[in-house]
Amino acid sequence: MATTAVTGGKPAGSMRRLRATMHRRPGLRVASLLALPMTWMVLVYLTPLALLFVTAFWTTDSFTGLTKRTFSLENFTDILTEPAYYTVVMRTVGIAASVTVLCTLIGVPMAFFMARVASARWQPVLVALVLTPLWASYLVKVYAWRTILAPEGPAESWLGASPGYGLPAVVLTLTYLWLPYMILPIYAGLANMRGSFLEAAADLGSRPWRTFRTVVLPMVWPSIVAGSIFTFSLSLGDYITVQLVGGSSLMLGNAIYQNFSVSLPFAAALATIPVIVMVGYLLAVRRSGALDNL
Amino acid sequence: MEQGVAVRLRGLRKSFGVVVAVDGVDLDIADGEFLTLLGPSGSGKTTVLRMIAGFELPTAGTVELAGTDVTHAPPFERDVNTVFQDYALFPHMTVQQNVEYGLKVAKVPRDERARRAADALAQVRLESFGDRKPSAMSGGQRQRVALARALVNRPRVLLLDEPLGALDLKLREQMQVELKQIQREVGITFVFVTHDQEEALTMSDRIAVFNAGRIEQVGTPAEVYEQPATEFVAGFVGTSNLLRGETAQTVLGHAGVFSVRPEKIHVADVDASPGEGEDSATGTVSEVVYVGSGTRYVVDLDAGGTLVALQQNLRTSSMDVLAMRGRKVRLVWRKEHEYRVGT
Repeated sequence: MATTAVTGGKPAGSMRRLRATMHRRPGLRVASLLALPMTWMVLVYLTPLALLFVTAFWTTDSFTGLTKRTFSLENFTDILTEPAYYTVVMRTVGIAASVTVLCTLIGVPMAFFMARVASARWQPVLVALVLTPLWASYLVKVYAWRTILAPEGPAESWLGASPGYGLPAVVLTLTYLWLPYMILPIYAGLANMRGSFLEAAADLGSRPWRTFRTVVLPMVWPSIVAGSIFTFSLSLGDYITVQLVGGSSLMLGNAIYQNFSVSLPFAAALATIPVIVMVGYLLAVRRSGALDNL
Repeated sequence: MEQGVAVRLRGLRKSFGVVVAVDGVDLDIADGEFLTLLGPSGSGKTTVLRMIAGFELPTAGTVELAGTDVTHAPPFERDVNTVFQDYALFPHMTVQQNVEYGLKVAKVPRDERARRAADALAQVRLESFGDRKPSAMSGGQRQRVALARALVNRPRVLLLDEPLGALDLKLREQMQVELKQIQREVGITFVFVTHDQEEALTMSDRIAVFNAGRIEQVGTPAEVYEQPATEFVAGFVGTSNLLRGETAQTVLGHAGVFSVRPEKIHVADVDASPGEGEDSATGTVSEVVYVGSGTRYVVDLDAGGTLVALQQNLRTSSMDVLAMRGRKVRLVWRKEHEYRVGT
């Protein structure tokens, strides 16, 4: 083609013009980059969330069982005045908080060992080992715990004691499930930390525990918060583990699930609670600067 | 307390697996001295510093601080402080908190802590920067904070691990002068690690030249520069300018290895005859390097070997000096400026 010859082998015609236009107009560049992910976000996340909020303000006709599409605060007044729901919400938040604290207590030393004590050769091996539980199906792992904790199961016969089914078993199982999500961000934070900080603290007379408290902990705090967002939100929304190892206890997810077929608007109203809790949690942690590290 | 010796190293060795980083170092560092550990990277100088600080445990040998054996003591029990190459300022603390850290650990009362931190910051001319975070400061300023954070504890010995390495040339030269001034004011023993021979010559009371895990020579800057003990020292400190073997025999009339510093050599006419107490050699100028205030002539000697001569551009222009390339010249120097290098 003549054009190709003239421009010295550069791609000719429309492609070149497009590139030139893109170069001149940064807005267009960003738009073309984000077109697909934004469509996905809006269709799959934001629209359903908006529908959920709208539905929460509808009601169900108790006689016909049909949804009445008129605005009402009835669902929320029901939730706030019924003590059973308050108990379920507090129990759910309590479980999520316990799981998060346990994951932190186990995850910080583990991540510290992986990042700062283990030799460079072992680090990738340890990361892989921490990740292996994620290869197994969620249900397989929870059923495994159900078997372990069963009356006269392995825990009882081999260890001589088992928490049995109930809330401790739920916390235990969820801690097992979400621990990798806590370890990995802390590991990344610690691995990125220069070793000279620890040496500088020791050099200034600080003993190991003080160094951990005044230097290591503040510096990995954003990573811990990042991990806690995973463990907290994953626990908050769980409703299968509690059915399998929780005995007769219910979590918020179960309440939503039970109401789903009876009254969709009421289930929607219940479903806004974890959203509100999570937004509150995120606002609280934003002040720690942790979201910069996500 | 033993008078006079701040740091005493005896038979110090350190190996990492099969690599021997430090291979038998004996060194006494006097109280109030500015001693520089000079050597190329991998020569073991930083490892020696880290063993004095307590970050590395020696494979063999002992470290004494003020007469006390601290070979196996952890860093937090040693009366030394370190200025790190990367400064290692705690990013979550303000400058003030960084400087006060060591005092807080030592349980110094709050008032005294604040006063001493302010003094230390004033000493490095950062009085008004106490509330800043290290991330909001330039490299040179961070370097000063690191210095203040170490000095505020009034350690017996201050260890500096290539602290000027990350600064640009102008700032580095300025900090060299300031560091030396501060050291004189506080009277603390400074052990300074660098690979920059000019830096070492400028600042030090004494220099220990490292090579391959060993000390090649310890001496004042003048001694190390003018009377290098080994060929390595002659080459690493300043330009390697050696006459050896046949060349030495022909030019000087005796065998051995001799060092003549470039600035001691005069570039003369090829017909000129050396005066009383002078030696000379003829050769061809193979390279002319114009460096502004002076010119470096690389001369291939007729007797074999190469010498570099550095001449001030006092009356010559760049045109003149560049025309020297390829010309036959006679290099002349005084006999007292040729120094036999021990091998």
